Amino acid sequence: MSNLTASQRLDIIRHKGRPTVRDYIPLIFEDFYEMHGDRYYGDDGAIMGGVCRFKGLPVTVIAQVKGRNLEENKECNFGMPHPEGYRKALRLAKQAEKFHRPVICLVDTSGAFCGVEAEKRGQGEAIARSIMEFMTLRTPVISIILGEGGSGGALAMAVCDELAMLENAIYSVISPRGFASILWKDASREREACDIMKITAEDLRRLKVCDYIISEPAGGAHNDCDQTAENISDYIYEALQRKLKKGLDELLNERYNKFRIVGDFQENSSPSI
Amino acid sequence: MLEDLFSVVKTRFNGTESKPEAVKKSKTDIPKGLLFKCPRCASVTFMEDFQNNGKVCPNCNYHSRLTAKERLDITIDKDSLEEFDADMISKNPIDFPDYEEKQKSLREKTGLKDAVITGRAKIRGEDIVIIVMDSNFMMASMGSVVGEKITRAFEYATANKLPVIAFTASGGARMQEGIVSLMQMAKTSGAVARHSQAGLLYITVMTDPTTGGVTASFASLGDIIIAEPKVLIGFAGRRVIEGTIKQKLPDEFQSAEFMLEAGFVDMIVERKKMRRTLAHLLKLHNNKEGGTL
Repeated sequence: MSNLTASQRLDIIRHKGRPTVRDYIPLIFEDFYEMHGDRYYGDDGAIMGGVCRFKGLPVTVIAQVKGRNLEENKECNFGMPHPEGYRKALRLAKQAEKFHRPVICLVDTSGAFCGVEAEKRGQGEAIARSIMEFMTLRTPVISIILGEGGSGGALAMAVCDELAMLENAIYSVISPRGFASILWKDASREREACDIMKITAEDLRRLKVCDYIISEPAGGAHNDCDQTAENISDYIYEALQRKLKKGLDELLNERYNKFRIVGDFQENSSPSI
Repeated sequence: MLEDLFSVVKTRFNGTESKPEAVKKSKTDIPKGLLFKCPRCASVTFMEDFQNNGKVCPNCNYHSRLTAKERLDITIDKDSLEEFDADMISKNPIDFPDYEEKQKSLREKTGLKDAVITGRAKIRGEDIVIIVMDSNFMMASMGSVVGEKITRAFEYATANKLPVIAFTASGGARMQEGIVSLMQMAKTSGAVARHSQAGLLYITVMTDPTTGGVTASFASLGDIIIAEPKVLIGFAGRRVIEGTIKQKLPDEFQSAEFMLEAGFVDMIVERKKMRRTLAHLLKLHNNKEGGTL
């Protein structure tokens, strides 16, 4: 695995040829039928989902969409979902639960969209609901971060039994740009922020947030999309094998504990500190 | 902050911009804490009147921030708090520069160990688990301690079949704890899910300000969501949205009233009626009187 800094990886995942879910889905899954809409408000182009087969097994795929050009980016709002996107994702997850299909979430967003309409339609509530419902969803859930995993907008689709990251992907509490802007009031210090935030797949393995790292071809996924898709596919196969043999109660307990253990604190501090 | 305020007041009276030296001088001339300037309507009141009014702006009814201790004093039965995890403090999960020092100085300044107090208490005799966030500690951002204490509070409530009342206030995630902060959203929401599945009541009271990762996790998951008048409630920061849309947002955007209209708050309750309202809602849900048709 290559030894790159976080900001070097940021360059790789922002490469204009970086494959997106539109490239990967046809290479990894068969018979994909896309489903639209949240049944309340509308259909969000930033999240696509549907039913398909993975090596013969019916699964539900829910994916955050980034555009490969301006036209696609307009349709998917540059990969930044609105509340109806998360509500669609949740609807499809509940559908998967009903029909006992595992859920594969493909995460790739700089964050949930920040706008007037998103606030009015309850961006916070939509993410909160998604997190809570995924925590108790009675079917296996595998999440894979393909490029950017930005904040609550990524977490809403990353409450899962196993979290994997592509080798160059990042996952962070806020986008590096946002971080620089909040802490130093200077968004242009993004690269500097990147390197202190601990956001690479390796960092997150150490912090017990990421469970597996999926390797990318030399130089990044854009150099060989087919190979990357095959690596992702191999990972999904193994992860499903691990999770499908567990009972649902055991699975849900393990999912709860996967998040329960994250935190760094000390107890019984002396009264003076 | 108050020094700034005096300079503003002075500027208004004089009708001219005061020079930095003049501002400095006013610091020594006027006693600290004499006036309160409302961040919502900008009206200026004597601090004493403002405090006698329960820290509510007498002009516009903005319910300003309370410390966790002040909140507990006006909410729960006297001496009923059995505090949980009072000595828990955060470490430095991503080795963020100067984070330990920052926490240490805030602990000294505020007397708080972190941004939340949790415990078992009573409201008009009703047993509850209470969670109170305090914005004086790093704007009540959610790091390891906030996440762990809230999770434990819900787990205790589930094990002991108790309702939970959470007074939320937060600027959102704690940047200094990076991804570990983000994971607290999942951890707390998981504990809320288990409490909910056990058929137990959870009431959220959103206070100023409830934003970011706290809005996008346990704060939005109450069976009943109450807000105090005029408080700020939202997901994204106002400046972030203004930056996106390149225009100024109206004042009422992301207020409690705005969120009520949008359908994300059940009711807006004034501070002086809060204890009574909570007690009534608790009684309605446990029906100890055994009310029947």
